Amino acid sequence: MYRAIQTFLVALCLLVSCLAAGLRAQEDIRPLVDALGATTFPQKIEAVKALAASGNPKVGDILQNLSDGKLYAPKTGGTVFLEGPSDGAYLDVLTGSAATEVPGNLAKIRLNNGLRGAIGTALSQLTLLSPDRSARLAASRDLLKGANPDNLDLLNSALAQEKDAEVKATMEAARAVILLKTDASAEDKKSAIDTIAARGNRDALTILTAALDNAPDDLKPAIQTHINTINRSLAVWDVAQNIWYGLSLGSVLLLAAIGLAITFGVMGIINMAHGEMVMLGAYTTYVVQQTVAAVAPGITDYSLAFAVPAAFLFTGLVGVGIERSVIRWLYGRPLETLLATWGISLILQQAIRSIFGPTNRQVDNPSWMSGVFEVGGLAITYNRMWIIVFSLSVFVALLLLLKRSKFGLQMRAVTQNRRMASSMGIRTPWVDALTFGLGSGIAGMAGVALSQIDNVSPNLGQNYIIDSFMVVVFGGVGNLWGTLVGALTLGIANKFLEPYAGAVLGKILILVFIILFIQRRPRGLFALKGRAVEQ
Amino acid sequence: MITQMLFRRHEKKTLWAVFLILLAAAFVPLANLIIPEDSAFHVPGYLVPLLGKYLCYALLALALDLVWGYCGILSLGHGAFFALGGYAMGMYLMRQIGDRGVYANPLLPDFMVFLNWQELPWYWYGFNHFAFAALMVLLVPGLLAFVFGWFAFRSRVTGVYLSIITQAMTYALLLAFFRNEMGFGGNNGLTDFKEILGFNVQAGGTRAALFAATAIALALALVLSSAIVRSKYGKVLVGVRDAESRTRFLGYRVENMKLFIFTVSAMMAGVAGALYVPQVGIINPGEFAPANSIEVVIWTAVGGRGTLIGPIIGAILVNFGKSIFTAAFPEFWLFALGALFVATTLFLPKGVVGTVQQFLARRKDQKKADAVEQAYHDKAAKAESQLAILEPQAAE
Repeated sequence: MYRAIQTFLVALCLLVSCLAAGLRAQEDIRPLVDALGATTFPQKIEAVKALAASGNPKVGDILQNLSDGKLYAPKTGGTVFLEGPSDGAYLDVLTGSAATEVPGNLAKIRLNNGLRGAIGTALSQLTLLSPDRSARLAASRDLLKGANPDNLDLLNSALAQEKDAEVKATMEAARAVILLKTDASAEDKKSAIDTIAARGNRDALTILTAALDNAPDDLKPAIQTHINTINRSLAVWDVAQNIWYGLSLGSVLLLAAIGLAITFGVMGIINMAHGEMVMLGAYTTYVVQQTVAAVAPGITDYSLAFAVPAAFLFTGLVGVGIERSVIRWLYGRPLETLLATWGISLILQQAIRSIFGPTNRQVDNPSWMSGVFEVGGLAITYNRMWIIVFSLSVFVALLLLLKRSKFGLQMRAVTQNRRMASSMGIRTPWVDALTFGLGSGIAGMAGVALSQIDNVSPNLGQNYIIDSFMVVVFGGVGNLWGTLVGALTLGIANKFLEPYAGAVLGKILILVFIILFIQRRPRGLFALKGRAVEQ
Repeated sequence: MITQMLFRRHEKKTLWAVFLILLAAAFVPLANLIIPEDSAFHVPGYLVPLLGKYLCYALLALALDLVWGYCGILSLGHGAFFALGGYAMGMYLMRQIGDRGVYANPLLPDFMVFLNWQELPWYWYGFNHFAFAALMVLLVPGLLAFVFGWFAFRSRVTGVYLSIITQAMTYALLLAFFRNEMGFGGNNGLTDFKEILGFNVQAGGTRAALFAATAIALALALVLSSAIVRSKYGKVLVGVRDAESRTRFLGYRVENMKLFIFTVSAMMAGVAGALYVPQVGIINPGEFAPANSIEVVIWTAVGGRGTLIGPIIGAILVNFGKSIFTAAFPEFWLFALGALFVATTLFLPKGVVGTVQQFLARRKDQKKADAVEQAYHDKAAKAESQLAILEPQAAE
């Protein structure tokens, strides 16, 4: 019986609030607030909606307090109070002054997910008129998602004041969605459909598909055409997005493989410790970041600028050390080199594990590398973009070094004909050591980039070593362009297979493809021709 | 012809090794079951499967040595054949559980019930028979090796490239077996075995019998390998290892020879895996990890590739060391293993057995040289004495 009365009360409040549209701002909203203390959640949700529609400037604070759990009401319903500064003290919700007549059976107004959602929507409606542009944009997006015919008036008034183009477009779309739900005229609905279709994204597609069912018959063909158009353009954007993801994966592969292309391609050394060089680079980034944070906290955002050269130098030196101590005794025995470098990789892994512990280390993204921006239907994260830029610059720099510098010339000479180069006065042992150092240093720089997108753990390198080998073998040994093409092809192929086959199966398919490809072209895509290649 | 091949005169070393292995096959089970516990010769129960595990590894290393030591194919994917053999045996053992699983489903293994599968996948049919499973232990790795090798050797993928694609093969299988949809238990693999051929796998008697079976299998594999490498075919195989192009130009079909030894070796690895699974009680995709396959290479290298007893000694030595190290200083095992890789390649390229052989051969040469020198000295002394006899006459 009591509940029925309460329902009636809430319904009455709703009715009043709807009728009194013009007077809203001045209206006393106490009955609406008190309705928040209702005993069932559906009633509370209605009350929140009614409050939001009232347009009173205090509603925002009240709803915020409700969502923070600061509002109290008698268990059986009645006047709502605000939690006071001390225990047992309560304030008046509207005035904020200490409440005098407090009933004894006050309890916190409980929330559930439905109610929280309603509060969220209501708050976003309120922020539609906020002076902050991003708040308005977020609010209008929320409205677009949970379009509610009750908000039409609010939206209309917000639209009339709105100056910003993007916010306005979102609001218009939201208005169009709302219009479709009301019984507006066919004309209005048609223009509403056009407005929605103009957005052309996945949300628009969902809205139109939903609208298709209960639209009037004469509108259906128009909606269907729009749906088809959107589907087509979405398919194109999907391809673009896949290519982007593929490029991003490919650039990571390129970074990891390019150093290997040098040691494997130029020197014929199977460096199984290459992955650990990447890992060392990532740990260098971590150490540099910690040091910068300790020494000069103001420039932590730019610690990567120090990490890149530091990682290059450190891993490069480790590489030269490995070459001088182990690898130089094993030239001409590639399989033995493979085993020895595998041993080195185990030692490096365990060393890092002993020093830094087996758990992941936290490397923070600088602020200029976090966040997303959109190009058409393409969502592009900043860190992926910077990694693509970084890996391409490393590639170009390496290409210039090989083709334009004296060291590069000597290196190529040693690759093509070691004995002749030696006869011409090139110190081949030094070239070997520096080449290995260069390959390792580049792996270290790859580690800096990977620390931004992957977990920095002692096993980091293991995850990339096989992929890197695949890239080098696929692209062709001794050819940097081959590595570039190989990395990007494998990256993109992987991402295109993923939606159909799943991530793991996609990877398996790629591996099988490479195994078969090697049978066809045992020397890779871009094979070196000539006698130098034999053995 | 085959019997003739098997019983053709083997090297004395090989026969000694076979004898020792068979002795172990008899002694360890007896020492475990019959000799009383307080005796110094008693082998405690926990040690039997551990020793059995070492022998499985030895068999795997021997299989790898056939292709690497005698044919120059460095396979970084032998762990895959080992694991496939293990999975075949594991599937038999899973079917033997019957309705004693947690879900008490008489047909489906527990993990399939858990995944809500309604019927047994077709590739699980037949594995309730031991004979079929035993056949598959040989056939599945053998077939994979045959197909893989047929493609690889025909297009003359050699050296490092072959190593890398064998590694890619085992990596692809690792990823595949991790998937639940494959129907091999996914991440957890196959475990919780109850019976093999009606005997409880946990019982001491079964474990002793499994050890004996492993030792006998190793002895047989050793005889077979010895027969292969001492045959004319084996000699040509070494020719392929040392000068592939020259052997081809001499008119031998190099790819067929490689394919044969690769397939035989994969089957041996499969048998090793099949014997391994009931003794350790689990098989999971971790066995496919590329790191495992590379570890097999180091056992072989430490023992001495290109010798038959080398890989057996290497596998037992390294794994014994691993058991001790990981128990005493777990931190240092990877350091030790890594150092072993580096040290073996730098200082012991022929492995323990190879180095000892070299040393013995040199000593033999030295003895021969000494003998020659001695003979020369003797002769000279004799001539001198004759001269001395002659001299007085000359003086006269």
